[in-house]
Amino acid sequence: MLGKLTWDSIPWSQPIPLVAGGVVIVIVLAVILWVIIKGYLPYLWNEWITSVDHKRIGVMYLLLALLMLLRGFIDALMMRSQQAVAYHAEGYLPPEHFDQIFSAHGTIMIFFAAMPLVIGLMNIVVPLQLGVRDVAFPTLNSTSFWLTATGALLVNLSLVIGEFARTGWLPYPPLSETTYLPGVGVDYYLWALQISGVGTLMTGINFVTTILKVRAPGMTYMRMPMFCWTALAANLLIIAAFPVLTATLSMLILDRYLGFHFFTNEAGGNMMMFINLIWAWGHPEVYILVLPAFGVFSEIFSTFSGKPLFGYRSMVAATLFICLVSFTVWLHHFFTMGAGGDVNAVFGIATSIIAVGTGVKVYNWMFTMYGGRIRFDTPMLWSMGFIVTFIIGGMTGVLLAVPPADFQLHNSLFLVAHFHNVIIGGVLFAGFAGIVYWFPKAFGFRLHEGWGKVTFWLNLIGFYVTFVPLYIAGLLGMTRRLQHYDVGAWHPWVLIAGLGVLILALAAAAQVIQIVVSIRERDSLRDETGDPWDGRSLEWATASPPPAFNFAVLPDVRGEEPYWALKQLAIERQQLAPEPVYKAIEVPRNSPVGFITAFFATITGFALIWHIWWLVAVGVAAAYVVFVWFAWRDVTEYEVPAEEVARIDRARRAARRQWLAANAQAGGAA
Amino acid sequence: MSASDAAGAGHAREVDPYLLGRGGQYGLGHAAVTGRGAGGPASKTVVVAYGFWLFLLSDIILFSCLFAAHAVLQTATAGGPGGAELFKPVNIAIETACLLLSSFTCGMSAVACGLRSQMWTQLSLLVTGLLGVAFLVLEANDFAELVREGAGPQRSAFLSSFFAVVGCHGLHVTAGLLWLGTMMAQIFVKGFRADILRRMLCFNLFWHVLDIIWVALFTIVYLIGAGR
Repeated sequence: MLGKLTWDSIPWSQPIPLVAGGVVIVIVLAVILWVIIKGYLPYLWNEWITSVDHKRIGVMYLLLALLMLLRGFIDALMMRSQQAVAYHAEGYLPPEHFDQIFSAHGTIMIFFAAMPLVIGLMNIVVPLQLGVRDVAFPTLNSTSFWLTATGALLVNLSLVIGEFARTGWLPYPPLSETTYLPGVGVDYYLWALQISGVGTLMTGINFVTTILKVRAPGMTYMRMPMFCWTALAANLLIIAAFPVLTATLSMLILDRYLGFHFFTNEAGGNMMMFINLIWAWGHPEVYILVLPAFGVFSEIFSTFSGKPLFGYRSMVAATLFICLVSFTVWLHHFFTMGAGGDVNAVFGIATSIIAVGTGVKVYNWMFTMYGGRIRFDTPMLWSMGFIVTFIIGGMTGVLLAVPPADFQLHNSLFLVAHFHNVIIGGVLFAGFAGIVYWFPKAFGFRLHEGWGKVTFWLNLIGFYVTFVPLYIAGLLGMTRRLQHYDVGAWHPWVLIAGLGVLILALAAAAQVIQIVVSIRERDSLRDETGDPWDGRSLEWATASPPPAFNFAVLPDVRGEEPYWALKQLAIERQQLAPEPVYKAIEVPRNSPVGFITAFFATITGFALIWHIWWLVAVGVAAAYVVFVWFAWRDVTEYEVPAEEVARIDRARRAARRQWLAANAQAGGAA
Repeated sequence: MSASDAAGAGHAREVDPYLLGRGGQYGLGHAAVTGRGAGGPASKTVVVAYGFWLFLLSDIILFSCLFAAHAVLQTATAGGPGGAELFKPVNIAIETACLLLSSFTCGMSAVACGLRSQMWTQLSLLVTGLLGVAFLVLEANDFAELVREGAGPQRSAFLSSFFAVVGCHGLHVTAGLLWLGTMMAQIFVKGFRADILRRMLCFNLFWHVLDIIWVALFTIVYLIGAGR
């Protein structure tokens, strides 16, 4: 009846997951209860859960990302503390538990923290920057989000029901085959990623269609803001790479569930094929994360230097160059496979060449700042911290790209330090910078500047104190994923890294405080005009937060930085453009279909993990019913009447006029 | 509006200085080229078909992984039977004929949709579906026979990859048949509404792509496989 699921699947004898899981369950139940008692449920359901508005979906992505970031960070705390005490000792985490923790840490951080972070920012910003009303497929967008949430839920369920994979964040066979790991851990991994992978693929399709086919009049390719270009490149990579992940994991699923021999050690299976395939997805994945990060920084450098982005065209070329070349370097993740000197040399050189594209970008950012009137607000601090940090990470990457060096550094903490260096210094810093930068656009008020600076400095210092020692320990020969060790030379560096992760914990606390303080002081942080940073691209042309339809009239784009041009014209003439003729606007209706799909996906995934076959059948059948029910709907849009559009836009214009008048006085005084 | 006239006097950009979205009116021809940047968002038909093409491309990449895996494992028979012994050319020829014919009738359904003919649309979809079912039955028979002969997917890596790639195509045909049935019901109930027509367009694309994949599959799995 319940497949492999029994009462003993809950780890009664292990206090850490049990207590942690219990606390989470209590918190979740308390939140749900609070929502119900306060009567927020209808609001939550109507305005958020069923929303197909890209801005709302983007906010939900960011919320998921921050929650999962915290969850993955707790894993990091446990790993660092275990290694700090496990010198000549066993530590407090037994090996099978430690193995689950580092696997969960990697999986959660890449798939459920970093990915939602960049996809969330793209959701909020891309349609606004393109000057349009929504993404190409709004309901699909909602479904994408909820499928991602399903994956996150399944991974977290493994904490209290059963176990998680003990394979590392990529389940290399033959360890991940049933011969060695017959439990449900790997299955949790596989189904969580399959489900969320479908969501990610749909996001990729949605955004490529949006960026290529749904743009404001006059928004030609070479007028698109840099963030849109990088989002385009990242989503092209999603479309090209995520099917590879789906296929590869499907093969492993067939091996585990039906006794196939794709990657087994017997009957002709080829485990190195898994490693090739998974990295054919895995390397582009790195650029799926970091290209949008480059986009965020491009926007910030230009805005806070008060200059257009230097070398826009070369930036576009570099982005697409990286997009292409990222598919030709996967083998550098396993130079030690034994493909031979010639093959390794080709992949080593291809890898080093990517640094050229990145180098172009770094110089462009520096020349953007050169001669600019730089404002050191929090987003700019993150960006400058990024440049320094990312260059270090990039250079250690070039070191690792040299095959003979890689043979020494492979699987060492040097490697671990390298990819944390680029992912924290690149993706995470960009996520935080992007959140501070676009928070006023999404919510209508700024984040607290003082606490933002505290957060930045703690993060920057904490990052270096954690990962520089890991570089050194790696050079001293310390391999990754050690549950305990007895080499005295490593111990001090591991202890320093433990100290660093405590500083990062303070940084996380500061970030939470920043958000809480900002919400409490939101009235004094209010963004009245919709343009709090003196921005240059179209997202700042509308109100903060933007109305459901984003723009009362689609902007007509006549050049790069269309909003900047419009603003200068208004300042020069001391008046706004005359009021346009308002028309009624069609807006897509909210739809619960994404949430319901995810609900059945969760059930189906859980049933597959635990071999509850009848429930699988129920879940799949229900999914088909939902599909038909959705396909049968007749009304997909509602109309915002012209008077309502006019009322909303007139309020925005009034705020702008006020700002213009105030600015004129200030200018006169100067 | 006199204020705007006054403000516009002497300024370099006389044509629509306030960028009010009146591009077409001023002779720049924006509206004619929607979707390519100059003229604003593309029509829904273009957007939907474009998005669906992207999905199909991603599906083709998924298949290409299975093909690659099969190419690697084609000779990994682990002492068991290989393609030359197992494949039955006549069965495969009939399956191919069914699928290619169904593509033709599927194209007919698109023509019938264009003519807004309920009867011909339903009829050609029905024939398409029947041919699809025939294909699936034949394929399932082949599979069952292989398993009976002891040449199931657990026998060797070669057979694992064979069952995976052919089975994945079969699953796609199954999903296509479900879609086809739903489509027939929708056209019957709702008629040739704009959104239904867009779905028909997507369904046609999907069905033809399954054929393209079958052509690749026929070449890589059966033709090359029979020779190894």
